[in-house]
Amino acid sequence: MDGNPPPLTQPLLSCRGVSVDYVVGQRGARACNRITLDIHPGETVGLAGESGCGKSTFAFAITRMHNAPALISEGEILFEGRDVLKMSDRELRAFRWKETAMVFQSAMNALNPVITIGEQLIDVILAHQDVSRDAAWARGEELLETVGISKSRMTSYAHQLSGGMRQRVVIAIALVLRPKLIVMDEPTTALDVVVEREIMDELQDLKDRYGFAILFISHDLGLMGEICDRIGIMYAGNLVEMGVAEQVLERPRHPYTKGLVGSFPTIHGPKKRLHGIPGSPVNLLELPKGCNFQARCTSCFAPCTTTEPALEKVAEQPPHFAACHLVDTDAEATA
Amino acid sequence: MSDIAEITVEDMVIDFPVGGGLFRKQYLRAANGVSLTLRAGEALAIVGESGSGKSTCARAIARINMPTSGTIRVDGAEITDPGFRQSQRDYAAKVQMIFQDPFGSLNPVHTIRHHLARPIRIHAPKLSSTEVDERIIATLERVGLSPAAQTADKFPYELSGGQRQRVAIARALAVGARFILADEPISMLDVSIRLGILNLMDDMKRDGIGFMYITHDIATARYFAERTAVMYVGHMVEWGESDSVTQSPRHPYTQLLISAVPEAGIRKTRERKAKKAEIPMRTPESRGCPFAGRCLKVMDRCHADMPPITQLQEDHYVRCHLY
Repeated sequence: MDGNPPPLTQPLLSCRGVSVDYVVGQRGARACNRITLDIHPGETVGLAGESGCGKSTFAFAITRMHNAPALISEGEILFEGRDVLKMSDRELRAFRWKETAMVFQSAMNALNPVITIGEQLIDVILAHQDVSRDAAWARGEELLETVGISKSRMTSYAHQLSGGMRQRVVIAIALVLRPKLIVMDEPTTALDVVVEREIMDELQDLKDRYGFAILFISHDLGLMGEICDRIGIMYAGNLVEMGVAEQVLERPRHPYTKGLVGSFPTIHGPKKRLHGIPGSPVNLLELPKGCNFQARCTSCFAPCTTTEPALEKVAEQPPHFAACHLVDTDAEATA
Repeated sequence: MSDIAEITVEDMVIDFPVGGGLFRKQYLRAANGVSLTLRAGEALAIVGESGSGKSTCARAIARINMPTSGTIRVDGAEITDPGFRQSQRDYAAKVQMIFQDPFGSLNPVHTIRHHLARPIRIHAPKLSSTEVDERIIATLERVGLSPAAQTADKFPYELSGGQRQRVAIARALAVGARFILADEPISMLDVSIRLGILNLMDDMKRDGIGFMYITHDIATARYFAERTAVMYVGHMVEWGESDSVTQSPRHPYTQLLISAVPEAGIRKTRERKAKKAEIPMRTPESRGCPFAGRCLKVMDRCHADMPPITQLQEDHYVRCHLY
């Protein structure tokens, strides 16, 4: 949390050059292009970018929850050294939820409206562990209390809960088997700021207690800056910048990150006209030659239209990566 | 009809029936004692969480809902008065709404041209078809959808969310709107294009268009609107000049809202700024301050009486017993 790189442990999750394609007719739209990303135990990693940049597709791909027409076309995903892409259905079923749980964007749709909250909580326990129904029910009650909901709510239905409570229930279900990694896909987007704040605070408390790692997917950079250790920025399927949260937000290197950071009016500080990012997101079926961001980039120059920039290290300590022809490395900047 | 300079809402109360029996109707008080002024060329932001009555107030100003009591005046003339001489059509041409979801507010089977031509034909029936077309092109250019001729022939699915919201703004402009009631116009859009829409609306203020900007994001309220009103469960709890309200919030609810805004690089202390309580349902019988149940500084009289309005500065008012 103090801006230092995470300790040199074996990564919990290691993604090496993962590509995900959506097969559309004869062509493929590449939603994730050779994403390389490590998540260490207990670390919170954020992935930000606008709609359609591939961040959710990537989250689904990690646990192989993607459906056709999405297809992982290359790369490997290692979870504690085990290859997720080579797991059998049986292994995969045990792996999902027990070791990697997911919290989806719309808690409204993630819960089953016709069975009680309690049934949904213990369903996960009974599916994965050999315990009695009563024991599972007791565990469920305990979990609801840990996320700040009275255990009497076990017999409630989703529609009887507010949006914030539903999201808490979804988080409780994710925690039920004490996973080592929780993938959160815009967990608070549909909620009010005050409720969002309460849930994020609780999440931090739970994380302190259980020590899980989080892959946090959102477009809210402000929120990410508060909770993430490292942040990755995605644009049109590419990871364009990756680094320690404070570095990425305070010294963004990629023009897209600069634009994103400059897109948020602040509540304090000077009031000045902000400009955001001109243009619209690029169509994944009509990607240009060279850098995907060229059409919206104000600093575009010749090499951008011919060569795709690779993700390169721009600063050593803490490590900071960016994929742009313009980026200055620390060495050059000080020279 | 001449251009409107000011819309004034005074002590507006809106009740909705929520069941009960035939002789004992139950009501929900969605807005209680709301008074506000929209001025040409200025934006008033209404900030509050879901269910705080922000949209209800906008719908009343657009004459979609009728207030239960209170008055809405347009340059002094009361629109709630049955003898109000302007027809709904004339009024609607001047006061337009923009909705949150640009995917739901455009008809998927019609072109953008159709979306703009229809309101123009309804509100300006004397225009020839070339004049209608000219106006469509000019309006699309104005909202930054160039080349306008090509855009006009597109269908909504061919446009991005931000472009669609621009079409919704163009539709309001095409009929000559002077006031735009924008109900969370950017909350469904991508972060990178939100500012484009806000800046477009900001430019429109310079042409004398007044905005009511409904949002739950108090940071954008400060960015875009000259004045901000914070609502909680149908009540305006604090209002005034945006900078004053956001930089020195006085009402405990406003303070809670502002402390909840995420700020990069600042790890918030996890101390509680409010008691955990459900947001109350307000009925016409409810007494006291609506925030009393969650307020950390609650006093006995907060449960008994609705606080009066206190003027803190020239343009900064609060409704709280603390002041």
